Amino acid sequence: MGYVGSSVKRVEDPRFIQGKGAYVANIELPKMVYLAVKRSPYGHAKITKINTKKAKAHPGVVAVFTGQDLIDSGVGVMPCGWNVPDIQIPVRQALTVDKARHVGDGIAVVAAEHPYIAADAVELIDVSYEPLPAVVDARKTTDVGVPQIHDNVAENTSFEWSLGDKEACDKAFSEADHIVDLELTNQRLIANAMEPRACVAQWNHATEEMTVWTTSQNPQPIRLLLSAFTLGIPENRLRVISPDVGGGFGSKIFHYPEEVITPWIAREINRPAKWVATRSESSVTDSQGRDHITLARMALKKDGEISGVHVSTWANMGGYLSTFAPLIPTAFYITLFAGLYKMKGVWGEVFGTITNTVPVDAYRGAGRPEASYVIERLVDVAAHELGMDPVELRRKNFIGKDEFPYQTPVALQYDSGDYHAIFDKATSIANYTKMRSDQDEARSSGRLVGVGVSGCIEASGPAPSAVAGALGSAVGFWESGVVRVHPSGKVTVLTGSHSHGQGHETTFAQIIADELGIDMGDIEVVHGDTGRIPFGMGTYGSRSAAVGGSALVKSAEKVREKLKKIAAHQLEASVEDMVYDQKEGKVYVKGSPDKAKPFGELAFAAYSAHNLPEGLEPGLDETSFYDPANFTFPNSAHIAQVEIDPETGEVDIQRYIAVDDVGNVINPMLVEAQIQGGIAQGAGQALWEQGVYDENGQLLTASLMEYAMPRAHAFPRFEIGRVETPSPHNPLGVKGAGEMGTIASTVCIANAVMDALAPLGIRHLDMPLTPEKIWNAISAVGQRTTAKVEYFGGD
Amino acid sequence: MKLPVSIAVNGSATSSEVEPRLLLVHYLRDVLGLTGTNVGCDTSQCGSCTVLIDGEAVKSCTVLAVQADGSDITTIEGLAQDGELHPIQQAFWDNHGLQCGFCTPGMILTATEILKKNPRADEHEVRHGLEGNICRCTGYENIVKSIVAAQSAKPAKKRASKKGAA
Amino acid sequence: MYSTSFDYYRPKNLKEAITLLRKHKDAKLLAGGHSLIPAMKLRVSSPSAVIDIARIRGLDGIKASKSGVRIGGMTTHAAVESSKDLHKTCPVLSETAGHIGDIQVRNRGTIGGSLAHADPAADYPTVLLALDADIVATGAKGKRKIPADEFFVDLFTTGLKAGEVLTEVSVPAMKAGQGACYLKHRHPASSYAVVGVAAFVALKNGVVKEARLAIGGVTSTPVLVESVDASLAGQPPSTKAISEACEDVPAALEYPLGDVYASGEYRTHLATVLSRRALTEAVSRAKKQK
Repeated sequence: MGYVGSSVKRVEDPRFIQGKGAYVANIELPKMVYLAVKRSPYGHAKITKINTKKAKAHPGVVAVFTGQDLIDSGVGVMPCGWNVPDIQIPVRQALTVDKARHVGDGIAVVAAEHPYIAADAVELIDVSYEPLPAVVDARKTTDVGVPQIHDNVAENTSFEWSLGDKEACDKAFSEADHIVDLELTNQRLIANAMEPRACVAQWNHATEEMTVWTTSQNPQPIRLLLSAFTLGIPENRLRVISPDVGGGFGSKIFHYPEEVITPWIAREINRPAKWVATRSESSVTDSQGRDHITLARMALKKDGEISGVHVSTWANMGGYLSTFAPLIPTAFYITLFAGLYKMKGVWGEVFGTITNTVPVDAYRGAGRPEASYVIERLVDVAAHELGMDPVELRRKNFIGKDEFPYQTPVALQYDSGDYHAIFDKATSIANYTKMRSDQDEARSSGRLVGVGVSGCIEASGPAPSAVAGALGSAVGFWESGVVRVHPSGKVTVLTGSHSHGQGHETTFAQIIADELGIDMGDIEVVHGDTGRIPFGMGTYGSRSAAVGGSALVKSAEKVREKLKKIAAHQLEASVEDMVYDQKEGKVYVKGSPDKAKPFGELAFAAYSAHNLPEGLEPGLDETSFYDPANFTFPNSAHIAQVEIDPETGEVDIQRYIAVDDVGNVINPMLVEAQIQGGIAQGAGQALWEQGVYDENGQLLTASLMEYAMPRAHAFPRFEIGRVETPSPHNPLGVKGAGEMGTIASTVCIANAVMDALAPLGIRHLDMPLTPEKIWNAISAVGQRTTAKVEYFGGD
Repeated sequence: MKLPVSIAVNGSATSSEVEPRLLLVHYLRDVLGLTGTNVGCDTSQCGSCTVLIDGEAVKSCTVLAVQADGSDITTIEGLAQDGELHPIQQAFWDNHGLQCGFCTPGMILTATEILKKNPRADEHEVRHGLEGNICRCTGYENIVKSIVAAQSAKPAKKRASKKGAA
Repeated sequence: MYSTSFDYYRPKNLKEAITLLRKHKDAKLLAGGHSLIPAMKLRVSSPSAVIDIARIRGLDGIKASKSGVRIGGMTTHAAVESSKDLHKTCPVLSETAGHIGDIQVRNRGTIGGSLAHADPAADYPTVLLALDADIVATGAKGKRKIPADEFFVDLFTTGLKAGEVLTEVSVPAMKAGQGACYLKHRHPASSYAVVGVAAFVALKNGVVKEARLAIGGVTSTPVLVESVDASLAGQPPSTKAISEACEDVPAALEYPLGDVYASGEYRTHLATVLSRRALTEAVSRAKKQK
């Protein structure tokens, strides 16, 4: 029917634009209680006493519980799902009992008849603390005088991990003509999905079944963790639903304490319970992103050939290990150090350290933007130091389009790409040559105009389960997909992927409509409910189309095969001679399309079962599990132009060009929008966003009054282009599209700002590139230019 | 202390006894069950909770229900008329002006205000008009596109009948 | 984030409001609520009583003529921003109002509420100081005028006495040869002024007759940089003269505030840069003002 490849309007939109989105916070149940959590105001403190008496006596309070109550009833510790060799995993209780290890660490919980009463009662809980010295800097956790935060994590270092060819790396550096050295900070970020996290739970006292609604990107893994590790309710009596979820960006992947506390209370007091985070609470409880300190070196030949990189990173894990935290700075980070380039000598190491800050885990891009930031900053500085154009230096080192599949020295095998083509397109849209000559002209009149370039690669669509297991994962990363054809010919598509803005209800319907040759309107896509889709792994790592979509394609194939069998039987032909017409949705004998059996008739026949081939089961309901053969490797060429006010240090983004290769595209409008959103989010990191902790572990940017989110007026219209090199190893030929915008724009804009400052001799500044930071740098070099101001006459 | 309030919401009279501290957004969501108005922050920054009070866009997390007593409120649920989407709603759908949908009701209601103040707002003016609304998904591009596109559509029927109270 | 409980009163007239205010010692007046309600939600302000004066007749509205401008305390920022009368008589007030918060905040927040809150990062205080405005307070004993330079006493502290209500702001109208400008470095998260600079310039026969420069956001209250008038008065308003006058700006900013976003040093620097730009623009406008 030709849905795939066209910009179909989203089928989910009518409910959202009319205020009918079904978010967790909207759920109201009879006899519901409302929860509020007492949280530590200290970054690090011993808890000596918790007095809940006054809170319990407050009118309208139903119950107050502490961590000890949970432990006494057998609640298990919060699990870590990624175990690299020799890892030391800190003990994390849903409510801490001995010490608070970050501001916001939960200590007690109130259940009340109204949320306002719960908020009042939380203030009546009296906790006695013995404040302890804190550490917030990833590189200072082993310093003299820094206390051990967890008894079982020696030197506050949870793990060390390295990857690469050390010998080749050393050789590259010993034979280098030029070496670039950089110390980089990739700052702490707060995800700030617009919907704060929430959890609702209902216990059925009679059947002993629990239903949990949670703002998760992956309800099926949450059910597994709740069942096997924390709450202990058997999976077959536990239903987890993630209905409409208002954005995730990684922060809603993880198993959170409130997902344990809420159902535990619902069962304990036999009343439905609801917890909804305030924004400020999200700031100190949602797992945060990035926070690396890195020493990076790049070896080059004098002609610009990149021969190696050597990277050491201290990754701040926060006060506990969040669910997938160890994955992010290891297998999602060092594996990307080859970038788009043919260099051989790649080696990296990481130290995962524990600090008195909110836990850190995946945040849009998750390890891969950190890697791109390191590599693409090094390349840019190298180009500057070698006197080469940054596009030319990159082109010189690209892996050629005929060299795929390409094995990198850091474990990955890139599937496909044409890096020259993406740069051809980006430089053409930008009119790069003119951009540079305009920049020269602007510079000659004292203006600080910068052009930034980035060329990024991403490993998306995690992951072959065996590979994930070998790298430390406790779970597999397949996806399940069901194509359920009803007797009337209507189709329900059930997927273990989860949409929290991506638009799966549209794109997956497009895929199946084309696979079966039916109308999109006859298809309903269902996700996010373990009661309907018991098995799945959810959405993150830009995996939904490549992994979830592929599972559905497999199920559609099974449906087609079954329909061919039924049609062959009815048309008295052999199955081998049957043709499934995917354009028209009918089956016929090769050479006789006029005698076709339409989809609807065959679907009905599958259920009427009056005339089925011998041995064929009735029904038309096919399930597949798809385990990807490899990651997919989206890649991009981005170009940004900025201008800096030399007097104030303010940065103005004047142009932004993005050309991405995300393989085949199912819905161009949606893919483009993913890139646009990603660009803004990456720009946020480059210019404004930062989670700032003081030395005691206080988060100084805990509300949206301090944490600067990107706003509409900060951006020009983005100029987007596309190159498609299909991924050869999944049936749709797709690659991930959700994260590349962020991965590429962060470093692209940083490079543009540094390019603007280059004539002043400023080599590197850490993000966020705030006006003050830039002004300080300009002042320090003592070459502050005077702004060109249009003065009035009469001078 | 509990006080009686009477508030017209989307053309229907509502009334209740409320604590003075009850925020308008919670009156709408919890008392009336109109959950289309979302709460995205606690510091009047994100604009997700935007509704129209007597025709003017306001952040309902920063208004007490008692302050809105006697006023006429439009929420996202009341924008479509007789089963027909408001032109701005339609434009958001046509131009993919939303992803997760959480900020969308606030964006759409703010857009009505931007276009009311300036029916010919250009892209730059629309971007500045959105100063009080945060979206994490879209990068704003398609939101801006939607609002600019909505201008060519017919203006919505005016619902608010009275002048502002404050 | 919910406030603590309080009693709510909606007096019918000013007299009743003043009586309530005297009766409830820790009561807060509620106008648009866009300073008070956020503070109450954070529980940094927990009054036992809230007196809503937004609906009292006669407290809002703009009366602008060549002799002067009077703005009722309950006038919203949006009304100030869009007032055609103000565009003619004192456009810098509309310009300033347009810089406050966002569309939704401007629809609800009032000039009286903002001034009485006296946030050092607010916009109105700075421009009122530069315009030499008076703030009218009404109490049990009647009205009194408080000059802007006496009104802002400290962080969140004003010259209002217990039992007084801020009822009006009175500003001189722009005359021929006068111009004013408000410039702001907006906080990227809160939208408050990291630095706000208001410049007023009166020209006569090609020289500066009077110059008033006020700076907000840097110190605990907005500051009038008095040396600017001394430096520019009697001079032609040249680039050089303005630049030199602005060299004294840092000296006027004692104990600058700093936070995660901007240090005191940077704020002081921004104040100097914006002062020069605002004075330059004010001069340009003064030349056009007939």
